[in-house]
Amino acid sequence: MAEAVDIIILALMTVTVIGIVVIRNLLAVVMLSGIYSLLAASIFVAMDAVDVAFTEAAVGAGISTVLFIATLALTTRIEKKPAHKPLLPLFVCIVTGAVLIYSSLDMARYGDPNSPANRHVATYYLENTKKDTGIPNVVTAVLASYRGYDTLGEVTVIFTAGIGVILLLGSWRRGLKTPNPHPEDEA
Amino acid sequence: MREYLILRVITKLLFPFILLFGLYVQFHGDFGPGGGFQAGVIFAASFILYSMVFGVQAAQRVLPDGILRGAIAGGLLLYALVGVVDLMLGVNYLDYSPMLTNPKDGQHLGIFLVELGVGITVASVMMTMFFTFATWREE
Repeated sequence: MAEAVDIIILALMTVTVIGIVVIRNLLAVVMLSGIYSLLAASIFVAMDAVDVAFTEAAVGAGISTVLFIATLALTTRIEKKPAHKPLLPLFVCIVTGAVLIYSSLDMARYGDPNSPANRHVATYYLENTKKDTGIPNVVTAVLASYRGYDTLGEVTVIFTAGIGVILLLGSWRRGLKTPNPHPEDEA
Repeated sequence: MREYLILRVITKLLFPFILLFGLYVQFHGDFGPGGGFQAGVIFAASFILYSMVFGVQAAQRVLPDGILRGAIAGGLLLYALVGVVDLMLGVNYLDYSPMLTNPKDGQHLGIFLVELGVGITVASVMMTMFFTFATWREE
C-alpha cells in the first residue's frame, strides 16, 4: 500500500516536471513548480519526515511560489525560444541521470538499521535527546542544540540573501522615502 | 484589487489565524513538527497575503522597512548572542545547559531563544524580499 502511494506521487512528480519543461508560459511553470514542491512534501510525509515535509510545503510550495510570481511581475511571463538545439543539454541530463541511478543501486535500503547513516550518531541522538535536553522532538533538539553551529550558519545564509536583495533592489537606491502609489496593481 | 470583495473579506478572516498558526509552530517546535524556519515563513505568508490584497503600503504601515531591516539583523544577533552568553558562563559556544540551574531547563531556554531568532530573521527576510520585489521600479 505504501509503495503504491509512493509510486503514484512519484509518477505525478514526473508528469509535473515534463509540464515544467514543455510549457513556455512562466506563470504556469511557477504554479507547476509549487505543485511539485507539494508532491515532494507528500513524499516526505509518507517517509515519516514531517519536519522536512513541513519546511518543503511552507518554503517550496508557499513562499518561493509567491516570490517567483513577484519576480515575473518585474520581468516577463513568456519564456523566449532557446537559440540552440536542446541536444547537448539532453545528453548531459541523460548521462547524469544514468550515473545517479547507477550509484543509487549502492545506496542502503530505506530505513535499514545497519546503514552507516543510522549507525553513526543517529543512535546517540535517539537515545540521549530526552536525557540531555528533555525535548520530545529529536529533530528540533538536533537542529537547535546538538547542531547549533550548522543552524547558525543556515540563518546567516538567509540573512545574507536578505541583505543582498536590499542592496540590489532596495528602496534606498531610488533615494525615495515613499513607496510607489499603486503597488497592489502589480502585486 | 479594490473590487474583489470576497478576496478582501476572506483575507481579513484568515489573517489572524495564519498569524496564530505561525506562533503555534514557532513555540510548539520542541514538541511537534515545526520550528523557527517554518514559523517564520508562515508568519511572513500572512503579511504577504495581506499586502497582495490590500497593497504593500498597507502592510508597510505596520512593518516599515526600518523595522524589518532591524529584525533581519536582530534575529541573527539574538542567536549569536545566546552563544556568547554561554561562553561567558564558561562552557562551549551554544551549549545552553548552564543558562538555568537545571540543565534541561537551560537547554529548553536556549532552544527557545535560538528558534525565536531563526523565526524573526526568516520572517523579516521573506517579507523584505516580497515588499522589495513588489515595489521595485526601473529608474
